[in-house]
Amino acid sequence: MKIEFTLNHQKMSIEAPPELRLLDLLRDYCGLTGTKEGCGKGECGACSVIMNSKLVNSCLVPVCQIDDSEIVTIEGLEKNGELDVLQQAFINAGAVQCGFCIPGMIMAAKALLMQNPHPSEEEIKKGLSGNLCRCTGYAKIIEAVAGLAGNNNRL
Amino acid sequence: MKIVSKSKIKVDGPGLATGKQKFVDDFDMHGMLVGKILTSPHAHALIKKINTSKAEKLPGVHAVLCYKNVPRVPHTTAGQGFPEPSPYDTFMFDKKVRYVGDRVAAVAADSEEIAMKAISLIEVEYKVLPAILNAKDSIKKGAPIIHDEPDATMPIPVPFEPEKNIAAATDVQVGDIDKGFEKADLIVEREFKAHYATHCPMEPHITLAYPDENGRLVIVTSTQVPFHVRRIVAQTLKLPIKKIRVIKPRIGGGFGGKQEILLEDVCSALALKSNKPVKIRYTREEEFAKSRTRHEQYVNLKIGATKKGKLTSIFMDVLSNTGAYGSHALTVACNCGSKTLPLYPCDNVRFRATTVYTNLPVGGAYRGYGATQAAYALECLMDEIAYKLEIDPVKLRQMNHIKSGGSSPIFEKLGEGKAGVKQTIGSCGLAECITKGAKAIGWKTGGGCQVSGAKEKTHKRGKGMCTLMQGSSIPEIDMAAATIKMNEDGSFNLLVGATDLGTGSDTILAQIAAEVLGCDESDMIVLSSDTDITPFDVGAYASSTTYLSGAAVIKTAQKVREQIIKVAAEVCGGNPEKAVIENKVVKFPGGKKVSFYDIAIHTLYLKDQFQIAATESNISHKSPPPFAAHFVEVEVDTETGEVDLLKYVAAVDCGTEINPKLARGQTEGAVVNGIGYAMMEEYIFNEKGRLLTDNFFTYKIPSTRDLPEIKIIHVKSYEDSGPFGAKSVSEISINGALPAISNAIFNATGARLTEGPFTPERVLKAIKFATKPE
Repeated sequence: MKIEFTLNHQKMSIEAPPELRLLDLLRDYCGLTGTKEGCGKGECGACSVIMNSKLVNSCLVPVCQIDDSEIVTIEGLEKNGELDVLQQAFINAGAVQCGFCIPGMIMAAKALLMQNPHPSEEEIKKGLSGNLCRCTGYAKIIEAVAGLAGNNNRL
Repeated sequence: MKIVSKSKIKVDGPGLATGKQKFVDDFDMHGMLVGKILTSPHAHALIKKINTSKAEKLPGVHAVLCYKNVPRVPHTTAGQGFPEPSPYDTFMFDKKVRYVGDRVAAVAADSEEIAMKAISLIEVEYKVLPAILNAKDSIKKGAPIIHDEPDATMPIPVPFEPEKNIAAATDVQVGDIDKGFEKADLIVEREFKAHYATHCPMEPHITLAYPDENGRLVIVTSTQVPFHVRRIVAQTLKLPIKKIRVIKPRIGGGFGGKQEILLEDVCSALALKSNKPVKIRYTREEEFAKSRTRHEQYVNLKIGATKKGKLTSIFMDVLSNTGAYGSHALTVACNCGSKTLPLYPCDNVRFRATTVYTNLPVGGAYRGYGATQAAYALECLMDEIAYKLEIDPVKLRQMNHIKSGGSSPIFEKLGEGKAGVKQTIGSCGLAECITKGAKAIGWKTGGGCQVSGAKEKTHKRGKGMCTLMQGSSIPEIDMAAATIKMNEDGSFNLLVGATDLGTGSDTILAQIAAEVLGCDESDMIVLSSDTDITPFDVGAYASSTTYLSGAAVIKTAQKVREQIIKVAAEVCGGNPEKAVIENKVVKFPGGKKVSFYDIAIHTLYLKDQFQIAATESNISHKSPPPFAAHFVEVEVDTETGEVDLLKYVAAVDCGTEINPKLARGQTEGAVVNGIGYAMMEEYIFNEKGRLLTDNFFTYKIPSTRDLPEIKIIHVKSYEDSGPFGAKSVSEISINGALPAISNAIFNATGARLTEGPFTPERVLKAIKFATKPE
């Protein structure tokens, strides 16, 4: 079927099977490999993207559901060659180790801050709880998000 | 120091945070096939018949492999020094399957759908054999023999008795333990079971292999050991090493699980058979059931002590379950002793380990590598001694732990599959780790420290602690090398075989090189690892990269520095002995100076041209232990058995932190991984040996909602033998949670947890056992 949607602020029209996972559409059809597959079952959050301002696991979304929707992936965060403040905050805080979970984690943090610009530490933990990381123990990830939560005028 | 000891941002950080860095799955090739592996549904069986013809005829299938059409080469999948201290008991495919998940056949097809269809078309008739699903059953008389093939061998002269299901064994003694126990006023003895666990890197195992335009085989793979991959693929496919190139792109975590040749051999065989690029990517379920695990171990420990708390004798006896194959079977078991027993010097020590085969998932290298399992037993039993002697657990450690200048005969007696290397402790910040950690948790002295303040009457609070050691590289076995060459703009390529798998080693090695060369770390262009380009390095394991590869980088950078200064002196007539380098400018007394740019242009274009470059290698004659003291406070609901972790303190001495933020990140990650192991992570098998907990829904790993308050304290020390005073940091802190939490639960409730994870069910059972009337 023909799928029309907005991807990283650009209108797209792609012919794809309706049952295709959004994850595969992004990686295989659009060449956006920043979104990662960690489990394929919605358990790890590595494939998180923002769909209509809400966080989704792109491995669980068939593309027939994305018609007319607005999708933002990790590749859509940079503006005019400048990193998003969240990306910069993760880098500065040392929140990136292997980095495989990080695109999904940053998208989860983005979705959280879009809905709640000043989350408490508990709210940050809740907001990121669907995204697993095995490297960092989360301390620096939480620190990166909390640093922005206190001062996120630039979001 | 200008660059070292600074929290520089990760050199690959921006690329990772923007999703631009490439992991194996992000490589695509024209005509690339999808590889899938058919595995055994039985724990132990013979393949009576296998018919692959229907699969071969399916349109879109390009290669089908089984034991009939691949070379039969006994080997080990363990990526270790050569000859490996692990038995050669594995075949790419065999007529026998030894666990649920063992390889039976593999296909490469145009799409995943076709590959799965082809897998379903392979007809296999099994003769099911009796299976061993418990390590203790494997050494019983009349037990089925798992490795009865005649061609399994052990490449080094150590015990290997497959006819008894024994994959490896060792037995060493110093002093006389019987005499030691005679001198003891108190003898405590207990068996602890360290349970199965698995690494769970967020990126499952994945390999892409393709024949290149020169007829060579290129393997792009998620590995910690590129050079071992090259050697073992050459061995299993009977190819010359020169025909193989291994490229390691970004790696999505490993934790030891990728110190293993898991997919590379079969993926390469499919690529060669089909003459096309083939990618095999493990699903998460395959990653759980068919990759590698922490060796399940029963640690029997007996310790004798005087009334005053001096240890007189230690006997540690380990039964280690290596599963169906003996990957790391000997060395993980040896590390149980060598990475714990030197912590408490004692005149009489015996260490015995037997590693047995079972028809269960295969053991392997997992962060902690035996120390995790043995520290559980040792630190819990030290706690028991403290309580029984009414000595504060902290004080008992302070009295007995090894100190700077001290040694242990265990270092020399027990190595990695052979005798070890004698060593004296250089830096030791353990005393400070203990005092700082105790202060942070609010430890009260006086033989236990049950605390009040629990939320309910039926809740009890308690505190526990443990002390830990690990190593830094494998002495006189591991080797690392680095190459540095200068570019026209005065920047440098730093080529290292050391394998950054997410740890940040590219960054800290760049910092080390930049510090020596007097430039910025951003002037170092790091490449790790490509076997065609980078010099040899055994890989990222045994807590070796900072210590061993870091020192190789220092040596290399020093050679390059000498060359730079020599040219600078020639160009401006300065005295090379008096030269200093500051910010990419060589300066001499009297104001003469030459920039790196001018030196590079001079050497590459102007006069007596040559490439400023060097390659240096490094081995170590010691393996200086990092030390740590972990403390935890818990609240136990004595009605439900639920344990709430209130606070966790990890105080660590890793020598100099080359990059404090990255070093602390290693500790934070290891602590949380350890907490997951202690509290929630569990392999549950059905009665046929099939893993039931093969996803994140049933095998829980910590998320942001499972974290106690965690405080990390890095204690300063300077290890003279290490690069800028550094020791290792990555492994040690995974070992603390199991004993420290067990000790805290004991402190709170009097119940001793001798097996993890500490689920409400297990805790409640232990409480009931502890409180039942005698």
